[in-house]
Amino acid sequence: MAMWQHEIETMPREELNKLQSERLIWQVKRMYENVELFRRRMDEKGLKPEDIKGVEDLHKLPFSYKQDLRDYYPYGLFAVPMSDIRRVHASSGTTGKQIVVGYTDNDLEAWADCFARMLIATGNDANSFVQVSYGLGLFTGGFGAHDGAVRIGATAIPISAGNTQRQIQTMIDFGATVLCCTPSYAMYLGETIEEMGLKDKLKLKAGIFGAEPWTEEMRAQIEDKLGLKAYDIYGLSEIMGPGVSYECECQAGMHVCEDHFIPEIIDPDTGEVLPEGAQGELVFTTITKEGFPLIRYRTRDICSLNYEVCECGRTHVRMNKPQGRTDDMLIIRGVNVFPSQIEEVLLKVGGGITPNYQIVVDRENNTDTFRVDVEMTEELLSDGVKGIEKVEKQITESLRSTLGIGPKVCLVNPKSITRSEGKAKRVIDNRKLK
Amino acid sequence: MFIKQLSIFVENKHGRLEAIIDALGKNGVNISALSIADTTDFGILRLIVDDTEKAKKTLNDIGVIAKVTDVIAVYIDDRTGGLASVLKVVSDGGVSIEYMYAFLGRTEGKALMVLKADDEAKAEKILTENGIKLAAPNEI
Repeated sequence: MAMWQHEIETMPREELNKLQSERLIWQVKRMYENVELFRRRMDEKGLKPEDIKGVEDLHKLPFSYKQDLRDYYPYGLFAVPMSDIRRVHASSGTTGKQIVVGYTDNDLEAWADCFARMLIATGNDANSFVQVSYGLGLFTGGFGAHDGAVRIGATAIPISAGNTQRQIQTMIDFGATVLCCTPSYAMYLGETIEEMGLKDKLKLKAGIFGAEPWTEEMRAQIEDKLGLKAYDIYGLSEIMGPGVSYECECQAGMHVCEDHFIPEIIDPDTGEVLPEGAQGELVFTTITKEGFPLIRYRTRDICSLNYEVCECGRTHVRMNKPQGRTDDMLIIRGVNVFPSQIEEVLLKVGGGITPNYQIVVDRENNTDTFRVDVEMTEELLSDGVKGIEKVEKQITESLRSTLGIGPKVCLVNPKSITRSEGKAKRVIDNRKLK
Repeated sequence: MFIKQLSIFVENKHGRLEAIIDALGKNGVNISALSIADTTDFGILRLIVDDTEKAKKTLNDIGVIAKVTDVIAVYIDDRTGGLASVLKVVSDGGVSIEYMYAFLGRTEGKALMVLKADDEAKAEKILTENGIKLAAPNEI
């Protein structure tokens, strides 16, 4: 089967462990020297870089968290001088502040390679036309796919997200053979194409869809509507971006690019590493990343790992689709949303008092709907319609700029949001994604 | 002279208005005037009642938010052009009206117009100066 980096992708486990050990030792040493937070955490545990002799010692190392990125915003965790940082990306954090990640030349090369592996594994080559309909910007999705496409010598169509009519026109006229976007957008494109009766004009063979949860049922529908084979991709900005793991042609789990990232599954409560095959929280250690490396980063995603060699011949461990989260993060139309972000906005709008609120997420026509119900307070009430509409608009706009996604805001009667044990339920997620 | 008006947030749900009016009736609150401003998602019910404080408490008890605002109630001659002459005074005085609604008062030959201006104090001043009679709270 076609592979981008055959030797690495099929490296026997023993050799792979040796490579990982070498890289881990290197990474721990340089991070101890260059990242103050990491050094402090090591010191607190009484650990020295020389205590780490290989992957077998990985479990001794301290965890890192999303909160760290916020505390050291924007560049406090970078391990190289800024003159070596070639590009930054950002995504939403747990509160109003976004998180920033940085890449050196080598990091960008490695990222392009990871994405390239997926493109090759899903039947693409230099003759492919890759339509990148992920947002090209601070979001990692777009550039990840773009660089991967360029890396394999394919033709990149960096159209970025949005403008469905133009997406479809471009797809047809430019002869796109592979589409990269969120699964919900793929579904929407598929439906629109179906309505327009243009399916037979498409040349799509493969779709690379990620950045949000989706089901096997959605996969079948997307494949039917767009006439392609749909593949799942996983990634997060903190670790790299899309391509941390990916489905191969066998579609039996997502191969983690283990020469760059070591995954572990831990018990989210005790932090203990769980036995092979167990379900738990996914943790990543970046062993080649220069610009913004992380040791034992808690992804909060729940999944399991399968170390069996895949039928495709790749030895890299496969993770299953994340089954949930250990925190309250929601993924809405591909955007990470934390209830605490919404709380912060409401606190400001409510003049120091947080009105009671509820987030309602659903899926209509395979697109996420996002609504925030806010209980009316006397402070928010005015005797004119204009005044209240202004409040509604103010909340909507503040949420949009904080979250990067605009919900429909509904002002509701006080005490109308159901409370259980006196505490209002903050999130109602009606999407069925199992 | 201002009178007290209750502005009530009414969620756009079946039976909400009825529940509000019913609660007021059961607690002995008499409604003199009423208007509703509606939008897609909610409405604002504006009431002039005989006991504003009691009405507000009654509503709060059933989980309804109400706010008290000052408005002007103007006597209008019950004849053609009666309203126009009052509005001319307001408009010539440089005051804009945000909303208004009419109801029949107890005085024969007069109608009452509740008026909310962008500048209530100025509206009161120019109306009085032009000899237009404003209603006192006890006259409603």
